[in-house]
Amino acid sequence: MNHHSWSHPQEQAWAPFIGPFDPCPPILCKTYSTPPQLFMHFQPLNLPQFCPEDALRHGTLWPALYSPYESKWGKGR
Amino acid sequence: MWVYEKKLQYPVRVGKCDIRMAKLLIEQYGGADGELAAALRYLNQRYTIPDKVIGLLNDIGTEELAHLEMIATMVYKLTKDATVEEIRAAGLDEYYVNHDKALFYENASGVPWTAAYIQAKGDPIADLYEDIAAEEKARATYQWLIDMTDDVDLQDGLKFLREREIVHSLRFREAVEILKDDRDKKKFF
Repeated sequence: MNHHSWSHPQEQAWAPFIGPFDPCPPILCKTYSTPPQLFMHFQPLNLPQFCPEDALRHGTLWPALYSPYESKWGKGR
Repeated sequence: MWVYEKKLQYPVRVGKCDIRMAKLLIEQYGGADGELAAALRYLNQRYTIPDKVIGLLNDIGTEELAHLEMIATMVYKLTKDATVEEIRAAGLDEYYVNHDKALFYENASGVPWTAAYIQAKGDPIADLYEDIAAEEKARATYQWLIDMTDDVDLQDGLKFLREREIVHSLRFREAVEILKDDRDKKKFF
């Protein structure tokens, strides 16, 4: 029942169909976010906590709830 | 009533004069899944939701107002020093003829905010499921905004706001569990 978020990937990847007559160069791999709240359902008691400064920086008190996201800008296809 | 603290929830830094980004950020100010819609949705639903989760809607609705201030600060910083030529070159000319540099509740395409974006169905599960969906949509909007800029300072504030959507989503999911399971009657360790 108590799923730990760190055992779940925060991103899923999939390969869309690429047609032989597509007008633009294909993006072969597409991704989407699967952040920790999807797997937790109800937060377990007594999870480890960030120190206050790190909690502010991360936007959450608990490392198990932290979800990183990086910009796609400049990353190409 | 509220007690106001004259500071932002998280410091807003904008490191690059990218005026066009202001037009995109407005989506989270007055868009369908923006902070105004979120705050008004939750603060209104409070009155008729079972009392175990009133406090949750109160707290999250209040925090959304703090997020609204952060978005407003980002937009203001990006537009306050722009010349009219820069406004036009960045594609904000349509916004400018309507509002000058005033902030307004509209989406990135200029559609004004409408109460049709939010709902209060009165059914607690229906309302909380809408709230969960709203948080996930706002999280996605923040992702696409982060994608649209290489300004690491602006990205930092947007990443904070994205993380808050994740925490709020979990809290609403927990509220559903509380209402459907009546968890108070269960023993758990």
